[in-house]
Amino acid sequence: MSSLRSITLATLTKDVRLEWRSKDAINSMLFFSLLVVVIFSFSFDPNAEESRQIAGGLIWVAFLFAAVVALNQTWARELRNQVLDAYRVSPAPANALFMAKVLGNFILVSLLEGLMAPLFMIFYNLRALGPAWQLIPVALLGTWALVVNGTFFAAMSLRTRSREIMLPLLLFPISIPAVQSMVEATRIILTGDGAARFWIVLLLTYDVVFTTACLALFETILQAE
Amino acid sequence: MTESAATIRVTNLIKQFGRFAALRGVTAEFDSGRFHVILGDNGAGKTTLLRALAGLADPTRGEISIFDKNPHEACREIGYMAHPSLLYDEMSGMENLRYFARLYDIAGDARSSEAIRSVGLDPELSRPVGKYSQGMRQRMSLARAILHDPKILLLDEPFSNVDVHSAQEMVGLLKQMRDAGKTIFVVTHQAALLEGAADEFIWMQAGQIVDRTRHLVPDPAGRA
Amino acid sequence: MKRAFPILAAVTALLLAYAFYEAIWVAPMERTMGDVQRIFYYHVPSAWTAFLLFFVNLIASVIYLVRRNAKADAVALVTGEVGVVFCTVVLVTGPIWARPVWGIWWTWDIRLTTTLVLWLIYVSYLVLRRFSESSQTPKLAAVLAIFGALDVPLVYFSIWFFRTQHPQPVIGGGGSIDPRMLHVLLLNWLAFSCFALLVSWARYRLEMFKREVEEAEALESLLVAGSGAQISKTQIPLSREPQ
Repeated sequence: MSSLRSITLATLTKDVRLEWRSKDAINSMLFFSLLVVVIFSFSFDPNAEESRQIAGGLIWVAFLFAAVVALNQTWARELRNQVLDAYRVSPAPANALFMAKVLGNFILVSLLEGLMAPLFMIFYNLRALGPAWQLIPVALLGTWALVVNGTFFAAMSLRTRSREIMLPLLLFPISIPAVQSMVEATRIILTGDGAARFWIVLLLTYDVVFTTACLALFETILQAE
Repeated sequence: MTESAATIRVTNLIKQFGRFAALRGVTAEFDSGRFHVILGDNGAGKTTLLRALAGLADPTRGEISIFDKNPHEACREIGYMAHPSLLYDEMSGMENLRYFARLYDIAGDARSSEAIRSVGLDPELSRPVGKYSQGMRQRMSLARAILHDPKILLLDEPFSNVDVHSAQEMVGLLKQMRDAGKTIFVVTHQAALLEGAADEFIWMQAGQIVDRTRHLVPDPAGRA
Repeated sequence: MKRAFPILAAVTALLLAYAFYEAIWVAPMERTMGDVQRIFYYHVPSAWTAFLLFFVNLIASVIYLVRRNAKADAVALVTGEVGVVFCTVVLVTGPIWARPVWGIWWTWDIRLTTTLVLWLIYVSYLVLRRFSESSQTPKLAAVLAIFGALDVPLVYFSIWFFRTQHPQPVIGGGGSIDPRMLHVLLLNWLAFSCFALLVSWARYRLEMFKREVEEAEALESLLVAGSGAQISKTQIPLSREPQ
């Protein structure tokens, strides 16, 4: 267990350091998110009441697109020079690699959301009528839901042709209940119309179920050749 | 395990990729502490055999036993060097090895420095690996493969794009390692470099081992 | 076993014809919906058959992951493909029925939506099978099938909470259905199940043949390459060739 944690940490540190050195992904991702926000804002120009109704859907669909672009980069670094093989021949547990990648993606996607959310608030002139603090658990659980499966499916699409397009094809159908929960919870909190508890619990269930499944099956995917 | 017994046993190994079979029933035993060279045309199955031994390619059929374990269980005893460098271009050699050492639960930098020095490079070099010359990168790649002091070394084309001088130095290094008791497998097109150094040449053709000889050029008595 | 195939084919053809006759001419006309209700005898059995096939797919996928059994993988592939076909029938006949009865083509009702999501998951399953490198396909596909199965209850709950706007379930929803209708429905289900089994079986045999041929071709391609030019050892380049 200690080696799992220490290797996870070592891999995460290595990824962050590499990212910090090149800053490729983060810069292009930030700009991409900004573009998504602007385009979404152009496309829909509702009044305050309508915007509360639809903002949940808009925001999360925008996040979903931004996340997919980020997730597609997850394994790019491990493919260059086939470094992934060096990991595969080592005795290090597969799940340490997986957790490191999930945490890295979680940080990256949260960062993007942290940038995009205020912009959406400004462009749509949003103000939550319900308990706004609940948006935080929704955002955290929702992001985790996208990232944990996204990282897993990105690893899966490594073994396929046209891998960039495979990720959304695999991720979106499985993510439907999670996306619906995030959207509904956000809508309820923004409009103050009812309680979001059911959706938060469903999201939590989704996260627990799929995190477990990913950890149980990642080794199979990593060793697939 | 006694010294004389074969450490690596491969039984009827078949590896199929869709409509293409890279290995077609390979059966062989290899002794430990010897320097083996695997030769053959492109597509003869050399690299696939090496990857199967490293546990990177699960055979479609057949079995591999390394010290009576399967390749995954024996991974601490195996050092693998592929044709690509298996290193992060953006990090220095030391940073790379420090990370890989963690994967093998090796604490501290001592072992990493030692591995880098043993291939004739300087651990203090701060240049990222991506800016190394090809010869330096190959050596650093070898340093990564021997980092955890494995008993078996699997090297895929270690001398490609390396100048003759550096290649000869690497051969000398491998010879030392063999003398220190390691089992070495080298897949290469540059077999001439290894005449005199290697203990055995393994000839592969069409996914099978067709011959095993002590020398590169068959002796005049011939076994044709 | 091989003789059973034509027998099953004949039985299936008879059953389908008889069930069709029963559904169109014998079953009583529904009072409020009229003849359009008869699509029901195709819609519901298709759905049941599709679910059954997807269930078999899940079992076969788990067996494959545990035992690495190539036959289990072939079963998974076949049930996935045939299941998608039946599921498509469900999704096409549903709106045809809904339009005159509910006045809308589609509604985000719990069973419709769950079926749609299931269909999406299995289409992505087939896409994955198509696009992955052949030696890895079974593993990846089996893993995805398990993820899909985990997803379905979550989809169900999320939509259940979202809204329910469907007529009460036909079975177990009280005795609202005419026993003659139920009889026709079950007969159709039997016919469809036989049909699904027949198609899956044929597809399974084809798949196994295909794999045998591929394996033989794979081994042969090397043999030909080897024997075509009996290369003597000295011809193998010994010098430093540029890579």
